[in-house]
Amino acid sequence: MEKVHAPGSEVTISFCAAAGLGLQTAEDLARQMLTKAGYYVFSTREYMSRVRGGNNSTQIRVSRKPVRAYVDRIDWLFALSPQLRPNITENITDDTKILGDASAMGQEIASLGRTMIDLDLAKRASDLGSPKFSSMIVAGFIAGIFMLGEDSADTLIEKRFKDPDLSDKNKKAFRVGYGLGVDHVGGTPVLQVPDKPDNDEVFLDGNSAVALGAASAGCNYITAYPMSPGTGVFTFFAKNAKLFSAVVEQVEDEISAINMVVGAAYAGARAMTTTSGGGFVLMCEGLSLAGITETPVVVHLAQRPGPATGLATRTEQADLELALYAGHGEFPRALYAPVNVESAFRIAGQAFHTAHKYQVQSVILTDQYLLDTGYDVRRPDPSSVPAPIPPVRTDIDYKRYAFPAEGEYVSPFGVPGYGEGFVSFDSHEHTEDAHITEDRTLRKNMVDKRLKKKEALKSEALPPIVIGPENYDTVVVCWGSVFEPLKEAMEILGSRNTVLVACEQVYPISEELCRIMKSPFRKIFVEGNATGQFSRVVRSQTGIGADELILKYNGFQFTVEELVAKLGSLLGVKS
Amino acid sequence: MIRTVFDYTGEISWCPGCGDYKILESLKMALDELGLDPHEVVVASGIGQAAKMPHYLKCHCVNGLHGRSLPLATGIKASNRSLTVIAVGGDGDMYGEGGNHFMHAIRRNPDITNIVCNNMIYGLTKGQGSPTTAVGMKTSTQPFGVTSRPLNPLLLALSCGATFVARASAADAEKTKNIIVQAIKHKGYALVDIFQPCVSFNKVNTWQWLSKSTKWLDEGRDASDKLEAMRLSMETDPYPLGIIYRSEQEKTFEESQAPYETGDDTPLYSRMPALENIRKLLD
Repeated sequence: MEKVHAPGSEVTISFCAAAGLGLQTAEDLARQMLTKAGYYVFSTREYMSRVRGGNNSTQIRVSRKPVRAYVDRIDWLFALSPQLRPNITENITDDTKILGDASAMGQEIASLGRTMIDLDLAKRASDLGSPKFSSMIVAGFIAGIFMLGEDSADTLIEKRFKDPDLSDKNKKAFRVGYGLGVDHVGGTPVLQVPDKPDNDEVFLDGNSAVALGAASAGCNYITAYPMSPGTGVFTFFAKNAKLFSAVVEQVEDEISAINMVVGAAYAGARAMTTTSGGGFVLMCEGLSLAGITETPVVVHLAQRPGPATGLATRTEQADLELALYAGHGEFPRALYAPVNVESAFRIAGQAFHTAHKYQVQSVILTDQYLLDTGYDVRRPDPSSVPAPIPPVRTDIDYKRYAFPAEGEYVSPFGVPGYGEGFVSFDSHEHTEDAHITEDRTLRKNMVDKRLKKKEALKSEALPPIVIGPENYDTVVVCWGSVFEPLKEAMEILGSRNTVLVACEQVYPISEELCRIMKSPFRKIFVEGNATGQFSRVVRSQTGIGADELILKYNGFQFTVEELVAKLGSLLGVKS
Repeated sequence: MIRTVFDYTGEISWCPGCGDYKILESLKMALDELGLDPHEVVVASGIGQAAKMPHYLKCHCVNGLHGRSLPLATGIKASNRSLTVIAVGGDGDMYGEGGNHFMHAIRRNPDITNIVCNNMIYGLTKGQGSPTTAVGMKTSTQPFGVTSRPLNPLLLALSCGATFVARASAADAEKTKNIIVQAIKHKGYALVDIFQPCVSFNKVNTWQWLSKSTKWLDEGRDASDKLEAMRLSMETDPYPLGIIYRSEQEKTFEESQAPYETGDDTPLYSRMPALENIRKLLD
């Protein structure tokens, strides 16, 4: 059976350093150079909740075949700051090469019973004029072990450092590292460049994918109160506000964030707010407002471990039931969970389309892992996202909440200032023209009108991604970002009677998923939470949930090896 | 009653003699005097007795959540600059539940008018102390008297950088109308705090108290001195009424936002996705 890591098929590099050391430069450069050279590259980050110090890591998988998931294995460890954390030290093996400054790290590495390769970075960097150059020496070293050429990063460096003097010094540092790298591998690159088909690809991470998908759907109003890991999408919008022609506002709290987008959407903007669990809780009242006023709003809910502050910079999938039940009263909604970067782009667009088509609220559930993970994807086409639905021109008799015609689910969507009618909006139970009412019949009819949309949402729910043989007796179900590690693990396990079912929409669930759940087969749910929330949600809709659960909730994503072991043992397959 | 294109003819659920009737009258007169088309006017509110006001006007009525009318109004104005947007509510709504939004909406300076019907009591919930209730007033939930100091909305607004701050009185509909006209014409956020009695629950700040404890400032006064405005906003018994402060030269929230920077006022609903720019980013 195939290993995660067939010899010669890939190389995994981990960088470990304190926050604030500028290591990002080395990581970015390494990723860009290796992609340019023709390798398949995957990268993911994990970090502590602090601005300076601590010990954060980035994993870069360089491969001869497409790679999309996080692994335990470390081939090259750049240990650049003391106090490596257990998620790293536990994965050091006899085959791991540990590199860094012996003066800073020697003792710690020795205490782990390991030896290190001394790159003497601090001194070499100082000789070049500043300790800041160590990052560039590391980048050069990586280029060296892959033998990419000593000028392989020149254009990237020039792009990054506009000042010619600084650019030259960085190139010099890069070449110092490059020489060390080439010497180290003795002139044979650590990995042959694959024969990669000439696909039109671009490196994208989850944050950019969500933002670009939303922008492609015409998102032109975004609000946020900063909260990890929901801020990345907002930062992307803020930086590109002019390109997107979008109103971008950092607000005083999440209550304002949701109410402002509700106001904007009422007036015809395509509006989104982005947050994490703690902020989403503050939005519940506003979500309920959007519910009764049938205002199309998209909320990006970037999950991190709770309760309360939990683990501020880590990952988890434990806000599904929160999103499902958020807001007082009963109103329909659509919940999405992109499974990877490509999916994040497409789903963000879909979330807007659904919200506007049915005048409901869409919640996009991502997580820290997905948002901070990137790799080469086929270049997404912005025009593949459904075009915005324009408002109707109102006439003099316009009623915002007119009961829909037979076979329709929504009242025509008008906006104030476009047409002859008044477009009103009421948080109370209301009449068709949006005024307060306590009429019992009208109340019941308005509730029915809103809840009827569930039928349409259900019939249009995205079917799951199903991968595996036509005939099977075991179904492995996941949602959101668990997909890629699970997919790779199942490829390694190679079980012939098992299918993978990955859900990009988690509420309402599709007919296809209902059918799969009602099949007599064994069902295993794999989720990044402690109680199997998706299994419960599926059970509530089909009467059937998981037979067995594989759960993880320590703040980290499943690794491929971990899933090979856990799923392998359930399936009775050894890798 | 006055007759304007903004008149609503249905039932009104305020108590007889409520100050809100007078404020509604002033608002309608102001909108009429400005010659505004009701289809260009959005009146947004939160929850409370005063917050029912949008329902009693013929224009776009937006009745949101308690305390949240300012973010709602800000979102509306920034999505369609051609609309005249007015956020209206009571002291509990704007200064209590919505206190955080009040401060930050002012800092943001959206081009909206904020009318606060300040009766110094909670009316809809039947007579509890509000953020502007005087120390010592006995209420159903403060039976031994309110102990927290009353909030000074004018001073708070000035300290947050408000570009237009005024106080009016339901006892003088004409002068209040004049102030609302100025507030709507003002480019940027305009606060009009309006003293009004609550005939059901506030036995202290009555119509009689209003006439005894307030004085109108000269309508033609220069209101550009901020320190003077701060001093005026701290005066009590009599409380000064009129435009306390105005500054016309400041950038609004909308003007600083990307869609409008180039002077293009196309509302957001008719703007298409910037597909070409997105493609460039994906290069």
